[in-house]
Amino acid sequence: MNWELIFWNALYTAINAAAAGYCIIAAGLNVHVGYTGLLNFGQAGFAAVGAYAFSIPIVEYGWSWYWALPLMLVCSVGLALLMGLPTLRLRADYLAIVTIAIAEIIRLFLNSTRFTWLTGGTDGRNGWTGFFEDLNPIDNTARYDLGAQSIDGYRLFMMIVGWCLVALISLFIWALMRSPWGRVLKSIREDEDAARALGKNVLGFKMQSLIIGGVIGSIGGLWLSAQKQSAQTGEFATTLTFFAFLIIVLGGLGRVKGPIVGTIIFFFVIQFVDNILEQGTRTENIPEWIVDSNNFGVVKNIVAGLALALLVVFRPQGIFGDKREQVFDVR
Amino acid sequence: MSADGATPVSSAAAAAGMRKDDPVLVADGVVRRFGGLTAVNVDHVEVESNRITALIGPNGAGKTTLFNLLTGFDTPDAGVWTFQGHDLAGVAAHKVARLGMVRTFQLTKALSRLTVMQNMRLGATDQRGERLWAGPFRWLWKDQEREITERADALLERFKLAHMRDEFAGSLSGGQRKLIEMARALMTDPKLIMLDEPMAGVNPALKQSLLEHITSLRDEGRTVLFVEHDMDMVHEISDWVLVMAQGELIAEGTAADISGTQAVIDAYLGAHHDVDLGAMSDAEAIAELGLEADVLDPAHDDPGQEDRR
Repeated sequence: MNWELIFWNALYTAINAAAAGYCIIAAGLNVHVGYTGLLNFGQAGFAAVGAYAFSIPIVEYGWSWYWALPLMLVCSVGLALLMGLPTLRLRADYLAIVTIAIAEIIRLFLNSTRFTWLTGGTDGRNGWTGFFEDLNPIDNTARYDLGAQSIDGYRLFMMIVGWCLVALISLFIWALMRSPWGRVLKSIREDEDAARALGKNVLGFKMQSLIIGGVIGSIGGLWLSAQKQSAQTGEFATTLTFFAFLIIVLGGLGRVKGPIVGTIIFFFVIQFVDNILEQGTRTENIPEWIVDSNNFGVVKNIVAGLALALLVVFRPQGIFGDKREQVFDVR
Repeated sequence: MSADGATPVSSAAAAAGMRKDDPVLVADGVVRRFGGLTAVNVDHVEVESNRITALIGPNGAGKTTLFNLLTGFDTPDAGVWTFQGHDLAGVAAHKVARLGMVRTFQLTKALSRLTVMQNMRLGATDQRGERLWAGPFRWLWKDQEREITERADALLERFKLAHMRDEFAGSLSGGQRKLIEMARALMTDPKLIMLDEPMAGVNPALKQSLLEHITSLRDEGRTVLFVEHDMDMVHEISDWVLVMAQGELIAEGTAADISGTQAVIDAYLGAHHDVDLGAMSDAEAIAELGLEADVLDPAHDDPGQEDRR
């Protein structure tokens, strides 16, 4: 088995531009779930809005990026208001139901044949990443070696800028969460009636949290699509939201480092298992009764899921969580 | 028990709802129904400023529900009330708190995964750093934060929690949680502080210091309204006692007055606690209970009738 290739493959998957996109989406979700206790199961919806509200005006109406970007931000704020206004008064479970429903509505709308003229339907939206290509100081088509991997200039650029973006957003979240504003969010997570009794406008703070995390999620969705130079609806299914949940739980809920650590571990493990199984079946190092070349995709998910489950069981606070916090009963 | 004239409630009820010289809180006609059950039905009640007022009554009397209604945590079916002249009907809970009417909860709400100091800082009102736009920029709020921290430290010292300052609030004992909740409420600098069973689950040693803390609140010019079951405590510190039963305010007065009032005894023990209904004939029992004959099902000669009504 070529362990070197397996390792570099896994490492590349963990740190490539797509991983940066996932990391940003998870960071937004962390604001909702980790800091405020809002069970948002529709983060994929925010990501889809990020990709499509940016690409549609550029492709369909010939806008330039500096108009498309504000439109994207406005749409994502609008989505947060749409999700939040009817449900933030209610218990957390209702928000979960509404968010997952809205995210699916968005995906089905983008996918429907009726609106193909606008959304590109199943083909998605292509040819709108000229802005990023022009921005790239290195040759977009040249090949660059990363260990045993070889990637083109565009991917390299998107990877580097993507992680810079992750750093910037993490810094922003860190600055917000150490402030009295972040303290109110955490108090709402613990017990919103207590916050209310101390004169905090709980509804307003929840709304602000939903907007901030949603906009961050939209930026992540935009990045996810921009790095593959195409906005695809398949990317924004509910699995995206669940991956984001896994990432923040792995890294530690309510931790600034959480999404970064979680992303790297998550994609490394997934890709590592995938490559071992793939090579194992090809070289017949793994007996066929365990896994063969037809079903290794399924087995990969089982093994990776098991590995992640074990990680969560034995380190429930996540990699960077504070063990002390787990001691206290959390509803 | 309804004051329909037939029960002995009526004589004491005349005193209930009396006017005060300097009321800080005045409520009129506050009614809250849960389906068929009328949980609260208070005609008129006033809470005197700068006094410790106890709100007592048997379980299910509607004390906590009244607390919830007055502080905006629940919405009444009818009624108006004012706090220092501000009309509070329909005002959201957080605005009530900002006006200076702050409550604690029967089940303490110490925020477990925040430290004791963070709990305290949270209590301060009008924090610039709580605005989203100012949050990321520390220089905009660090001076105010320092001032808040000083105030919090002083309060922690007073409530003997200073040694727990940087511990998670989840590691506090039950009694300490009561203390931190009270201290945190004081960070808002309230005019009226409403304590829902401050003594529940507190050990006797801590009880005495809690009593002193509550008295000191009055001494610094605040008004205290508290719900309590511990009658010793009520006798010891309250200036005035309000008695509720079955949603209504049935009596009020000083603690000494109240303990002799027939209506209060009836509310706690049942109006017929000293007669044996089972030994009477149906007709006698009905007369004793003051009921119309057709209210009772003649098939049952049930001495437990009164208790269940």
